[in-house]
Amino acid sequence: MDVITIERKVLQKNDEIASANRALFKKNGLFTINIVSSPGSGKTSLVEKTIEHLSGKLKISVIEGDVQTDLDAKRVSNYNVPVVQIITNGACHLEANLVKDALENIELKGRDLLIIENVGNLVCPAGYDLGEDLKVVIISVTEGDDKPLKYPKMFMNSKVLVINKIDLLPYVNCNIKVLRENALKINPGLTVFETSCTSGEGIDKWCGFLIENKNPDPGHSGEGFH
Amino acid sequence: MHELSLARDIADIVYQNVPSTELNHVKFVVVKIGEFSGVVVDSLKFSYEAIVSETELKNSGLEIIYIPFRLKCNSCGKTSYNEFGMMICEECGSGNTEIISGNELQVVEVKLNSPCEQDYSSDDFKSSDEYLISTK
Repeated sequence: MDVITIERKVLQKNDEIASANRALFKKNGLFTINIVSSPGSGKTSLVEKTIEHLSGKLKISVIEGDVQTDLDAKRVSNYNVPVVQIITNGACHLEANLVKDALENIELKGRDLLIIENVGNLVCPAGYDLGEDLKVVIISVTEGDDKPLKYPKMFMNSKVLVINKIDLLPYVNCNIKVLRENALKINPGLTVFETSCTSGEGIDKWCGFLIENKNPDPGHSGEGFH
Repeated sequence: MHELSLARDIADIVYQNVPSTELNHVKFVVVKIGEFSGVVVDSLKFSYEAIVSETELKNSGLEIIYIPFRLKCNSCGKTSYNEFGMMICEECGSGNTEIISGNELQVVEVKLNSPCEQDYSSDDFKSSDEYLISTK
């Protein structure tokens, strides 16, 4: 049997487009986060609270990713920030080329922070670089404290963990200490925040982190952050 | 579900790297898959076959080299073979570790039928039959 050697990463094409996106973000002085979680963890609510809290402090643009509908973009547009909706029509994650196309329709110049809200899915988005500075994984306490162990790759590939819906802790079977420990077993380098988008608890600390990290230094590789 | 996208990427890589005259001779596409790559092997194979079913690659399938998850501890220097995804060194408990294997997702090579065998490619014969036919 004849053999043709190839030796090429399957995701090389995605990674090349992601690198071009990253260069564009850097050129525009944008700090970019890719928010990932299972459906219903509160990604859009956290985006809303973040925009509200950072109003007058950071100029924010938002890319929303969903399998269907522009409901999220409509929600976010109520806050008067540039927003564009990507509808994947069935695909379970965003890819770098979808983000690249979306960038043509959104204001980047003069903005400080670009929030990309990925499709709700705790598996597939983990493997796709979109050009972001860091992935932020959200888990709500209603999902249970064992999720980091069940979906390790997402926690491994994220730099920040936001534990959301902490106002519901008295009503659900979730030990937040165990949740933290499980997440840090998977990725000891995670920066962890606890938030409630209903009561507003913890939103200030999370937003403080975003302010500290805006305008990454020249030569910023996407690996280091404060 | 992202296996469908990955299967499409694999087929594209084959199209880009194999001369068009050889495409219908491709028998196996050899892919390295790490335990930590987040890929379901059966799903990827199924997706690939579905994607190439009406193309010149329709006689080809995936051959998988599975790479286990391994960690190196930067504190004690030991290599860990612990449970999938855990970044804690099982020797000393340090979190200062790095992945040394298990993240792979790479097309390594393609294996082609020889032109002689290709005359019979529509039959799903075994390799011993291939030998007999090609030496006739």
